[in-house]
Amino acid sequence: MNTTPKTIALVGNPNTGKSTLFNTLTGLRQKIGNYPGITVERKTGSFTFEGTKYSIIDLPGAYSLNFKKIDERIAYETLIGTFEYEATPDLVLIVVDASNLDRNLYLATQVMDLNLPTILVLNMEDVAKERGITVNTEQLSEELGVPVVSISAKSAKSADVVKQAIHNFDAPSPQPLFWQPSLALRKAVTHVIDRWLKPHTQVPEKAYYIEALRLISENEIKDGYYKFDQIEIGKQIIEEGREILEKSNENSTAAEVLQRYNFIGDCTQPSTIKTKNGERTLTDKIDAVVTHRIFGPIIFTLILLFMFQTIFTWAEPFMDLIDLLFITTGEWLSATLPPGMLSDLLVNGVVAGLGGVIVFLPQIVFLFFFIYVLEGTGYMARAAFVMDGFMTKVGLHGRSVAPLISGFACAIPGIMATRTIENWRDRIITIMVLPFMACSARLPVYALMIAAFIPVKRVLGIFTLQGITFFALYIFGIVTALVAAFVMKRFFPPGERTPFIMELPSYKMPTWSVVFHNVFDRGRIFVTEAGKIIIAISIILWFLASFPKVDMTEFNNQAESTNVENATANIETAASYQLKHSYAGKFGQMIEPAIRPLGFDWKIGISLLTSFAAREVMVGTLNTIYSIEAADDDDISTLKEKLKNDINPVTGKPVYTIATAISLMIFFALAMQCVSTIAIVRRETNSWKWPLAMFSYMTALAYICSLIAFQIGSRL
Amino acid sequence: MSLKLSDIKKPTRVKVTSINGEDAVRILEMGITPGIELEVLRLAPLGFPIEIKVRGYMLSLRESEANSIEIE
Repeated sequence: MNTTPKTIALVGNPNTGKSTLFNTLTGLRQKIGNYPGITVERKTGSFTFEGTKYSIIDLPGAYSLNFKKIDERIAYETLIGTFEYEATPDLVLIVVDASNLDRNLYLATQVMDLNLPTILVLNMEDVAKERGITVNTEQLSEELGVPVVSISAKSAKSADVVKQAIHNFDAPSPQPLFWQPSLALRKAVTHVIDRWLKPHTQVPEKAYYIEALRLISENEIKDGYYKFDQIEIGKQIIEEGREILEKSNENSTAAEVLQRYNFIGDCTQPSTIKTKNGERTLTDKIDAVVTHRIFGPIIFTLILLFMFQTIFTWAEPFMDLIDLLFITTGEWLSATLPPGMLSDLLVNGVVAGLGGVIVFLPQIVFLFFFIYVLEGTGYMARAAFVMDGFMTKVGLHGRSVAPLISGFACAIPGIMATRTIENWRDRIITIMVLPFMACSARLPVYALMIAAFIPVKRVLGIFTLQGITFFALYIFGIVTALVAAFVMKRFFPPGERTPFIMELPSYKMPTWSVVFHNVFDRGRIFVTEAGKIIIAISIILWFLASFPKVDMTEFNNQAESTNVENATANIETAASYQLKHSYAGKFGQMIEPAIRPLGFDWKIGISLLTSFAAREVMVGTLNTIYSIEAADDDDISTLKEKLKNDINPVTGKPVYTIATAISLMIFFALAMQCVSTIAIVRRETNSWKWPLAMFSYMTALAYICSLIAFQIGSRL
Repeated sequence: MSLKLSDIKKPTRVKVTSINGEDAVRILEMGITPGIELEVLRLAPLGFPIEIKVRGYMLSLRESEANSIEIE
């Protein structure tokens, strides 16, 4: 008995129903993870059929084995067995979409050149039927020389059909170059294999034909994925191969692709019946409106607005509930446990940190629900099409718009949503500028500063200066994000070149199982992977704010003497006293010289450190510093008055002026003060390099802008 | 003078004659091969990208890609 399960790889173009088939085959027995060092997700699962266990891997969608993107490269390298994290599959299932057979079969003929055991799975979705396309599977199987099974990926019955086909599989592997290339192309391929690939490279034998064909059409030896010696010989041999083609009047760049498509055309014509050829499909009709030059952007804006509004209103009760749950747990714990360090650590470190993580979950779940529904219907590609012209002007991508807008709610789901951007450079730039969008956590800080320092004054009759300041802060975030993207585009290495050839898939109902799986995975990834880092840092911040423990007798003496001397002075609470003498307090005093030019004192310095756990924590910290006991975080009226009346003991002037307030708001608009964002950037880019770069440049920018604002503002 | 796909400013049907440039192979692989007929369906708000229909499916191309497709 063979105990190791057979490995089956699912290969296919994007939008073919490959993931749907993967879900119906594996059910809930699937795992999603990241490959080490790269940002491509690995989807694996398993199923048992008639006593035999099979493990199945859903390879990233690819248009060609001639890879242009990291995901395509992983699909290719897994198939040829050079990818270190995957075993070579025992059987390949090529999933093709019947409504778009020609282009789907292009990849299929390439995969079949690898001489691996292969089954062709023909996904006959409703779309193909709607268009009146029927495929004779027996005839197609005969033409291609591999078994063909026809399914409808969404129906549960297809899982059994496919499993049966896998179980019964007993067919010879397809022979390389079965697609009848011309004599000249055959000669050129043999030349490159015999004179270059075999003697000088470590290309696995399976990949000889695909590699030779690629070298001939692209005329370029790709560096860094297989070892070779004497590149000069390689270049010479490839040139000779191309000459063989040119001599028989064939275009050396186009020959392979052309001949594959010619072969495919010959195969599909007799086996495909199209009854409604040329008729306008439903997709055409919807597109005429949705991608219209004027209506298109309007519809997109309305959809985003609706989405955004719904996320806010739907997520809020859940967020309040989660907040309440954690506060109650914290209170219960501090009431139950004996007071002391353990209780304090649990309540203010662990529970508070955990609460800070979970509270984002509702927004993440709702945002991704919308995104995956829009993606599943095919609308997302249209949105990218409509917005791409505008976004390329500032160096972003049509697909950057939705993540950026969701950054208004919270940068975390926005950053997770950049996955839909295929080009790595566009994606990383979108991630790097996204935290400038004024997220909801900045709101309490803005609200406090505006309420305390921006005068209530009417402007133009209907607006107030406070409202305008609010609006200006939001615009400031958007403009900074766009300018930063524009600048970054100029400094970033172009990296891998990905042409923006984007398929606009036919509209269809989203597959709900795929939507829910994906939403669940996003939520799980956030809680488990980003959560770990967030909780760790929350505990560190708790430690910094709670230690060293101060001697409370000294505090009591001081409090008494203050009381006697000056009855009107602020009565300092124990919490305030503790915080001022903690590491965090020392940190605030230590950095005061550095932040004084921005108009900040050590009290703000402490808040800057603690607000790193989450921006809104700043308000809570100031409450503690100003000894507002048991103040509700939302109630800022007491704090507002205290801030206004705080007098600098040296100068005798108020600590906070309008210049300070503006400087502080600018600092909060620009600085990277969110550990959750850092954690999610780490997870999404799979390295510490990007989150650290983000933290440094945003904080530096914040410092410089606040410096300028305060220095000018305080002189006016 | 050869006409390029990027010169097309309104919905129409054209025939591809050749593909050049850096992205030639990927454009070819997507089924835009010499001799094939394609339909320009519409243009995005700022004129690019354009939406085309080729081999029965829809594709969006940016200016640089449309610029490497010669047509007649």
